[in-house]
Amino acid sequence: MTSFPWQSAFEIREQVISGAMTAVDVTRAYLARAEALNPKLSCFLYLDHEGALAAAAQVDRAREVGEPLGPLAGVPVAIKDNLCTRGVRTTCASKILGNYIPPYDAHVVEALRASGAVIVGKTNLDEFAMGSSNENSAFGNVHNPWNLDRAPGGSSGGSACATAAGLAPLALGSDTGGSVRQPGAFCGITAIKPTYGRVSRYGLIAFASSLDQVGPMARSVREASLLLEVIAGHDERDATSADRELGAYHAACGRGVQGLRVGVVRAQLDQLQDPEVRGAVEAALESLEEQGATLVDVALAHAKHAVSVYYLIAPAEASSNLARFDGIRYGLRVSGEDLADTYARTRGQGFGPEVRRRIMLGTYALSAGYYDAFYLRAQRVRTLIRRDYDAAFESCDVLCTPTTPTPAFALGEKTNDPLEMYLADIFTLPPSLAGLPALSTPCGLAADGLPIGLQIVAPPFEEEKLCGAAQVVEDACGLVTSHPPAFA
Amino acid sequence: MAEPKIKLDEVLHVAELARLQLSDDEARQMQAQLDSILGYLAELDELDVSDVEPTFHSIPMDAPLRRDVPVPCSDRSEILAEAPESEAGGFAVPLVLEVDS
Repeated sequence: MTSFPWQSAFEIREQVISGAMTAVDVTRAYLARAEALNPKLSCFLYLDHEGALAAAAQVDRAREVGEPLGPLAGVPVAIKDNLCTRGVRTTCASKILGNYIPPYDAHVVEALRASGAVIVGKTNLDEFAMGSSNENSAFGNVHNPWNLDRAPGGSSGGSACATAAGLAPLALGSDTGGSVRQPGAFCGITAIKPTYGRVSRYGLIAFASSLDQVGPMARSVREASLLLEVIAGHDERDATSADRELGAYHAACGRGVQGLRVGVVRAQLDQLQDPEVRGAVEAALESLEEQGATLVDVALAHAKHAVSVYYLIAPAEASSNLARFDGIRYGLRVSGEDLADTYARTRGQGFGPEVRRRIMLGTYALSAGYYDAFYLRAQRVRTLIRRDYDAAFESCDVLCTPTTPTPAFALGEKTNDPLEMYLADIFTLPPSLAGLPALSTPCGLAADGLPIGLQIVAPPFEEEKLCGAAQVVEDACGLVTSHPPAFA
Repeated sequence: MAEPKIKLDEVLHVAELARLQLSDDEARQMQAQLDSILGYLAELDELDVSDVEPTFHSIPMDAPLRRDVPVPCSDRSEILAEAPESEAGGFAVPLVLEVDS
């Protein structure tokens, strides 16, 4: 293979518009690269050759007849396999939906098609987006392109891996408690969890409805911001979709950080066990300061409770959402003696261990006698977490933390201890519980070559601030041209 | 050994509520894992939140209403094509009521 050009979405669109390459040629090249590399990475569950080439041909035809071309004309995009794609298998990496073919497109998929994007395939994930390592996929785990023995993160590990390894320039994931940011950090790319309500979830297969958001993933802040611009907006098919004006996210990347007040939780940084993560985050903070930002100490006194709060609320909501998988209307059915037995067998055999565990935990937390002690108490502590942010944002405009306590851990390292896996989500959970927009972008490489992510958090609907600050970090650390050596 | 946070018979009860079939081994393993997780979650008990309102929606918003106009919906045959079993234009389910004929 000749050296891969690592073209951005902007460059690809430019070539398609100028006629230097057709969208069909671009699509063929990406499909060929994905076919060649996927056996090593397992980031795609399905490559849609036919659909992708048809979409690309449509872009080429539109260009020939002089129709206006969308902001992602001819750009290949990978889609997490919990987003419905009309006529294309959508599995949630679960046996219970192994052969499900949705009769409709998710809102974000429609938005991509309208922008001229070419959907190349569906990416691997932790089953029903429940996990932090992609090891909970029923169809084999994804590998981290920077080191194949490491986890790519989860649950959008397939989308993160495909983007980082150049199997697609852009991808969509979903984020409930960190599921685009954590794999983004582990794979060295930028990922944005928008404000709750910013992006329609219509057609996103629900996990935890008070937390789920669809999020863009890309190798640069500008591309992620552009993708956010394409998918964001009001949609009345999602009752939680916010009817608010959109930001100019891409333009915001050029705004700089002059006068921006950046909140830092000192105690959190001081407690970090990993000196390399701490060093990379400190360096990113310095670069923000050099460009005119002011660092402000803030406290998030209740953030340490986020793991407990999240692992009660999210499983409780999941146990309710996943009740729909009963072997009647779609997916797997394992017949039993009667209806109840059919449900129990279908769900017992169709769901994998982590999904079963969370359904059990959530059902327990909601069950008679435990609701007040567990679920309601968690929702009250959630209020305390949210109030901490309200107070912090009185003295700062954005807030910076590491995305993860360590770079990518080894595959298999945490699979025997679910609790240990949950604890690694400590930095991504608090903004999710508060509904806040948060972005992860690379801020350094560890000595062993693994990427380190910086998380930036903003007040509701202020994604523009995330884009502006992240661009400064990207420019300062110079990692946007670093790619996994084995795939360069 | 400390009293477990969740007993085996509670695990079996919750599994029944959740309509999840678990083998004996799975149920015992589930008990151990849930016990460890619930043990950790008990840290929330140290907070006094009796006067704190719960946050069910992180971003406050009014429940929206849409215009009451008919719009096309999915084609019935496309939906039924996904069902494990369908019959006479509907989902076919195992018998739930015995009917004398």
